[in-house]
Amino acid sequence: MMRPRMTRLPIPTARARALAAVLAAGALLPAVLTGCAPAGGTTAGADERTGARPAGTITVFAAASLKGTFTELAHAFEAANPGSSVTLSFAGSSDLVGQISQGAPADVFASADAANMQKLQDAGLADGTPRNFATNTLAIAMPPGNPAGIGSLKDLARPGVKLVTCARQVPCGAAAAKVAEAAGLELRPVSEENAVTDVLGKVTSAEADAGLVYATDINAAGGKVAGIGFAESQGAVNTYPIVATTTSRNKATAQAFLDLVTGAEGQKVLAAAGFGPADASGQGK
Amino acid sequence: MTLSYQAVVAGRGFDVALTVRPGETVAVMGPNGAGKSTLLSSIAGLLRPDSGRAELNGRTLFRLGHEAGGGKQAWTPPHLRGTALLAQEPLLFPHLNAADNVAFGPRSTGTGKHAAKERAVRWLAEVGVEDLAGRRPAQLSGGQAQRVAVARALAADPALLLLDEPLAALDIHSAPLLRRLFKRVLAGRQAIIVTHDVLDALMLADRVVILEDGKVAEEGPTREVLERPRSRFAAGLAGLNFVPGVLDAAGVRTAGGLEISGHAEELEPGPGEPDLPPTPGSPGVAVFPPSAVSVFLDDAHGSPRNSFPVTITDLEPHGDQVRVRAGGLAADITPAASADLALVPGMTVHFVVKAAAVSVYGT
Amino acid sequence: MPPGSTPHAYTAIPGWVRALAVVAAVVVVLPLLAMVLRVDWTHFVPLVTSESSLTALALSLRTSAASTVLCIVLGVPLAVVLARDTFRLQGLLRSLVLLPLVLPPVVGGIALLYTFGRQGLLGRTLDVLGLQIAFSTTAVVLAQTFVALPFLVVSLEGALRTSGSRYEAVAATLGAPPGIVFRRVTLPLVLPGLASGAVLSFARSLGEFGATLTFAGSLQGVTRTLPLEIYLQRETDPDAAVALSLVLVAVAVAVVALAYRRPAAARTGSGRTTAAAPAGGNVT
Repeated sequence: MMRPRMTRLPIPTARARALAAVLAAGALLPAVLTGCAPAGGTTAGADERTGARPAGTITVFAAASLKGTFTELAHAFEAANPGSSVTLSFAGSSDLVGQISQGAPADVFASADAANMQKLQDAGLADGTPRNFATNTLAIAMPPGNPAGIGSLKDLARPGVKLVTCARQVPCGAAAAKVAEAAGLELRPVSEENAVTDVLGKVTSAEADAGLVYATDINAAGGKVAGIGFAESQGAVNTYPIVATTTSRNKATAQAFLDLVTGAEGQKVLAAAGFGPADASGQGK
Repeated sequence: MTLSYQAVVAGRGFDVALTVRPGETVAVMGPNGAGKSTLLSSIAGLLRPDSGRAELNGRTLFRLGHEAGGGKQAWTPPHLRGTALLAQEPLLFPHLNAADNVAFGPRSTGTGKHAAKERAVRWLAEVGVEDLAGRRPAQLSGGQAQRVAVARALAADPALLLLDEPLAALDIHSAPLLRRLFKRVLAGRQAIIVTHDVLDALMLADRVVILEDGKVAEEGPTREVLERPRSRFAAGLAGLNFVPGVLDAAGVRTAGGLEISGHAEELEPGPGEPDLPPTPGSPGVAVFPPSAVSVFLDDAHGSPRNSFPVTITDLEPHGDQVRVRAGGLAADITPAASADLALVPGMTVHFVVKAAAVSVYGT
Repeated sequence: MPPGSTPHAYTAIPGWVRALAVVAAVVVVLPLLAMVLRVDWTHFVPLVTSESSLTALALSLRTSAASTVLCIVLGVPLAVVLARDTFRLQGLLRSLVLLPLVLPPVVGGIALLYTFGRQGLLGRTLDVLGLQIAFSTTAVVLAQTFVALPFLVVSLEGALRTSGSRYEAVAATLGAPPGIVFRRVTLPLVLPGLASGAVLSFARSLGEFGATLTFAGSLQGVTRTLPLEIYLQRETDPDAAVALSLVLVAVAVAVVALAYRRPAAARTGSGRTTAAAPAGGNVT
């Protein structure tokens, strides 16, 4: 489905400055994907300098739901650290863990759930303890106009409502099952998708009346879906951990990027995209 | 019970009118590309002429283009025409055995399974291969397959049988047997046979039509056409030298100024032709057999003889003679004479022919 | 002459061609071998006989069979029209029909969504008629038919062109109307091509993933075919995914082997005038 997409960000100083200004204002910025710059730009080895200042290239593998925020943060990072370059690869967390295990050159891994982070740790590829940097809760996405008149979680169990969720095997599906169980509801989805993006696709095309997705996904979809939160979502809060990999060849820069994400600037960007604050006590469950 | 046919296929320069009378077999001959296949295809309904009209036994096959006048165009699809087509290759359906191939026509036109089978067996017997009824086409020799194909065409009970060089693909052993079979089954049957073999025309056809460049060059009873060819192609078929020109008092004068004397033939007028004696100044031909031509190294004038200088293009064996080709003409001489004269291609010699051996007639 | 009757006939194949042929074979075979080596054989049987796996396999076989039938019903007439008829924009139509061969399946899924989906071109009409295709097994069959149809059309059109129309012409002059010619001459002559096309369509349907996921969704027993099940299992249980992949490979191998087994055997009666298309020889 979603193939990992490599996005190499060039370092246009003027635009980065403008971006930084926007970030300072705390405004939400739509993800700006610049596409693939020609290969042969700055390479890690050539520019790498030992010292306090982060430089060189790092590759960040991040969960698909982080696409908008991490693209912004990568721009900000490059602007703040001239000579550095961040390559981003977005995909489902389990795909990413699989790729890193098979030797993909990742310096940083940001997972959408603890379970996949645990897989990386079990493989001995996590450098130190992962840090939780964001949380996400479920929300109900509806096609614009809300044709089925969904107003609450209970409405999803109404006969005739075409509900789409994630499959239990993926984090968003596990969360949906947990929420439904806690609310004592029996949900009968017409489709159990592999990824949030597939759920959103069914909702934006109005094939489905409602979908259970993360609050941030509704934000990111802009006007293409309507969304409502629900109190029961607090029963299944999803935590996002981030860690540097043991195979990183640019640990200083990787660490600096981690600091940016978990620091005030990163948190501001994440909050603007609809992510909740992380439990500060390390890796949550 | 007559086929009347007239059609134009502009793209192929084809413009032919033809009549086949009841029970008559017509041979169509002509060089490659003369329009023989176009003729058969358009009668069978596999090719749509630009204009023309054709009727078979009162049924309209087609009425197209300006021939339809202001009236409506008409087109009868192939399966309703009753014109079975037998090609050079048998084209037996490879997935059906011989009997089922022969039964195909009757079955397709609504005959019951049992009756069709009986008819198939009868026709297979008629062509002498009833013992091959259960064989697949792949298990038949070329001659056997063509016999089955003949049975298949006849079992369809066609009003007009179209034969497109049906013997051309057969080896020298099968062809004579098949020719005898055709002689038998075509007797009294309305048919058109396209052939390159003058023997087919003589044995099988009542009448021959010579096509050249999409037009009818001549037609008539087979023997007459071969004896008094009025087209170069027919003369070639009959193995005769053919010199076209303009009639004059003594014989024929060619466009190149050559004078050939001969004896004028009284021609029987063809059907519908005006009964006019050949008049000087009108087009005519001089025709003579290669065996009447002698070859000399010098101009040996002795009257009444024709002598013309020619350059040898080819020497080839012809039976127990040597055929000398030169200037578009042929002479048959003995090998001894050829050796005596030391003939080789490129040599200039004189072809000499007695006036008595030259037929001259108008065309 | 039957194929392979001269065992040691001279063949002019340069050494480097043989070498590259070996490389090509390795490119195809090695990944399959690598997968087989990864199979957890001790748990293989429980992994592939779990309820969800069997449900997915049964659904895959059922939908692939249905889409193959649909491919034959619709593809045969299309191939005949493309091979025998001449009309304006014929070349364009042929290119468009072949498009799903090269189109990413997900694009096919999106296209189907905008055709048969609730908001799609025909969706509203179908909705009025009480037909809802999205999220149903019908949607799976439609998606599979969409991607598999070109395989049947291409291989059958090739067979039709090779066999030529001369037998049909003869049949017509023997008095057979077009319907009988089609049934008793055209179809039997291209049966090998039709069979190989149908098998390819079945195999393609069996492997269909992207269009199904985009258009039909994924629900156990309804729309979650074996490839979707494998993709989902991979999230949590890679061993199960590998085991199921092997099952899919085995089914595909069985199907293809069945179709390509002794291609000459399916063509008895091919005399010197017959020229049946090589099985599947005209794909791409």
